[in-house]
Amino acid sequence: MNPALQGLITIILGVGGCVGYFYFSNQFLDKVLFPPRGEHAGRNINRANMIRPWLFLLPALLALGLYLAYPVVETLRLSLSERITMADGSTTYKFVWLDNYRQMANEPKFWEAMRNNIMWLLVVPALATAFGLLAAQLTDRIRWGSIAKSLIFMPMAISFVGAAVIFKLVYDARPIEQEQIGILNALYLYFGGTEPKAWLTIPIWNNFFLMAVLVWIQTGFAMVILSAALRGIPEETIEAAIVDGANPFQVFFKIKVPQIVGTIVVVWTTITIVVLKVFDIVFAMTNGQWGTQVLANYMYDKLFRANDWGVGSAAAMVIMLLVTPILVWNVRNARREMK
Amino acid sequence: MDNIAGSKSSLTWAVHISVVLLVALWLFPTVGLFVSSFRTADQISTSGWWKAAFPSVQNLTLRTAPPTDQVQEGDLYVIEGDLFEAGKTVSVSRFGVSSKAHDAFAAGETAPLRKGGEVTVDSGGHYRMTNTEPFTGSRGQRIFVTAKTPPEFTLENYYNVLFDPSNREGMAKAFFNTLTVTIPATIIPILIAAFAAYALAWMEFPGRALLIAAIVGLLVVPLQLALIPLLKLHNDIGIGKGYLGVWLAHTGFGLPLAIYLLRNYMVGLPRDIIENARVDGASDFQIFLKIILPLSFPALASFAIFQFLWTWNDLLVALVFLIDSTGETTVMTKQIVELLGTRGGNWEILATSAFVSIAVPLMVFFAMQKYLVRGLLAGSVK
Repeated sequence: MNPALQGLITIILGVGGCVGYFYFSNQFLDKVLFPPRGEHAGRNINRANMIRPWLFLLPALLALGLYLAYPVVETLRLSLSERITMADGSTTYKFVWLDNYRQMANEPKFWEAMRNNIMWLLVVPALATAFGLLAAQLTDRIRWGSIAKSLIFMPMAISFVGAAVIFKLVYDARPIEQEQIGILNALYLYFGGTEPKAWLTIPIWNNFFLMAVLVWIQTGFAMVILSAALRGIPEETIEAAIVDGANPFQVFFKIKVPQIVGTIVVVWTTITIVVLKVFDIVFAMTNGQWGTQVLANYMYDKLFRANDWGVGSAAAMVIMLLVTPILVWNVRNARREMK
Repeated sequence: MDNIAGSKSSLTWAVHISVVLLVALWLFPTVGLFVSSFRTADQISTSGWWKAAFPSVQNLTLRTAPPTDQVQEGDLYVIEGDLFEAGKTVSVSRFGVSSKAHDAFAAGETAPLRKGGEVTVDSGGHYRMTNTEPFTGSRGQRIFVTAKTPPEFTLENYYNVLFDPSNREGMAKAFFNTLTVTIPATIIPILIAAFAAYALAWMEFPGRALLIAAIVGLLVVPLQLALIPLLKLHNDIGIGKGYLGVWLAHTGFGLPLAIYLLRNYMVGLPRDIIENARVDGASDFQIFLKIILPLSFPALASFAIFQFLWTWNDLLVALVFLIDSTGETTVMTKQIVELLGTRGGNWEILATSAFVSIAVPLMVFFAMQKYLVRGLLAGSVK
């Protein structure tokens, strides 16, 4: 069947199915199961109202449970077992405790990925937030600020893969006797460099050239959120500071920043989550060569190239473990807010 | 507030200049790729894209007219013509007749030909080949020139990538595949999430707070965890790799954000409207369909944009759940990664392919930026 047709049918079935489900399940509840009339009318209304929320929630809960909650448990199980292919072609899973984790800890590639991920975690959220704050503060004060904002924000719409191509061109290197077509090498030679450099193959430093891509993408996000927060600052505080003789830098660092610390933390943690899951950029630009491996790409390597589900799942659990503090913090904040 | 801090004019200028620099820095990489996609392979490899607006010096290999065009002038056989199309202002500095000595002669000089006769190329690209005997063979003489050519932009790359019948890059097919993945994967979660969000926002039931907390938690669960268990599940229930699998996966992964965004928005709707409707005897289903859903349009639009951008730009989910060994169902991001590997030097193809895939999200972005910003502000956990 033509995929486009299949897509259309899926939309119709999906949308129709959802609407149909919600409509008929509500009808069933009201007309058949607990009709609000007869001798138990009052009791029936109460009962129907107890069940109805769950009718509304059911499809979402099923999907969330199956596609997000179950995999967490299943990945944990897989990370503790070994997949064995039997003689008849079937597979079984043997519980091996922490063997996969032990094997992973003995691989230098894993530690390289851990080291790089920690570098990413330290650099990308900090730089993206700082640039975002700078851009927010500066663009808020000029007339063409909204145009500037949307141009800085634009990379958000570009895929990581598209960004990888864009930056590969920036980092491109040609032999010295040819003209450089990568702007970085052209500038490097212009400012006195002697030889064009293949930036993505210089160990350690190449990580920073990859990080630049994510900073470029995430700065717009930070800017948008922080700009809204800056506008929310009560003007009296700023006016009072100026009356007291504060200069613009003091106003910014001593009056404005302290008032939006909460938002800065939110931006920081959100970008941290993105960083922990970063995959496409490394996959497309270096594929983990020259010492640029990261956890998500290491995991992909293990799962789909080495076909080692045990170690791959263990790597996924490591990512999950790194995310957990932020998860707990977010949940606690959300609960506090609801009270 | 603007003019208080910016009252010093020197500081205002500093602000303007810094913003210009910042914007330039952020725009430059994309512009580079964009400009490159309109240049020929020769142009890209001989000069940086930032020189595209200026004439460039190139080494070109061109051909004279074939011997069938020769005319007899007295006892000389002559082939005469222009190496470049009419109307192009080029200036040839050097030329040659063999690849080993491609710049052996200055423009205007006369070069002997290997098979007899001689050729002159002037600086305008006009050539004159003469011989005492007739020229033979079926093709024209190869001429190597070093020429300064004017800036030139072409749509040929786009034609090659999108419409070329041989279509080695497969971008046209990948474009439609991406569209096929994206649209159902955007629409279906919205509906499911809207109902759930309504229940979480406006219905009282035990465990509601716990559910909301769980959804906030699921927001950050890395989808890396879901890859193997779900692929296993899809294989076990017979979906395997394909569109259905990728639609389901995107629906599942998009739901936490959808529910979270929509619930936050719906909670903020005025309580009076909903209570009045309840008093008037409207059922929850009617309230949802006739009041909440239309009022929530901005939030629905925000999420739709997020989900669209995310599914269009996604690589990992497509790699795992969609693309099988036949490669029939490949998406654009995968195609581009493949091109990066196999044709890393062919910038005209890479740049154009990348821009084809970037163009749609960019259009959506600029058309609906308002909703995107609104969604971001509502969606970041406070």
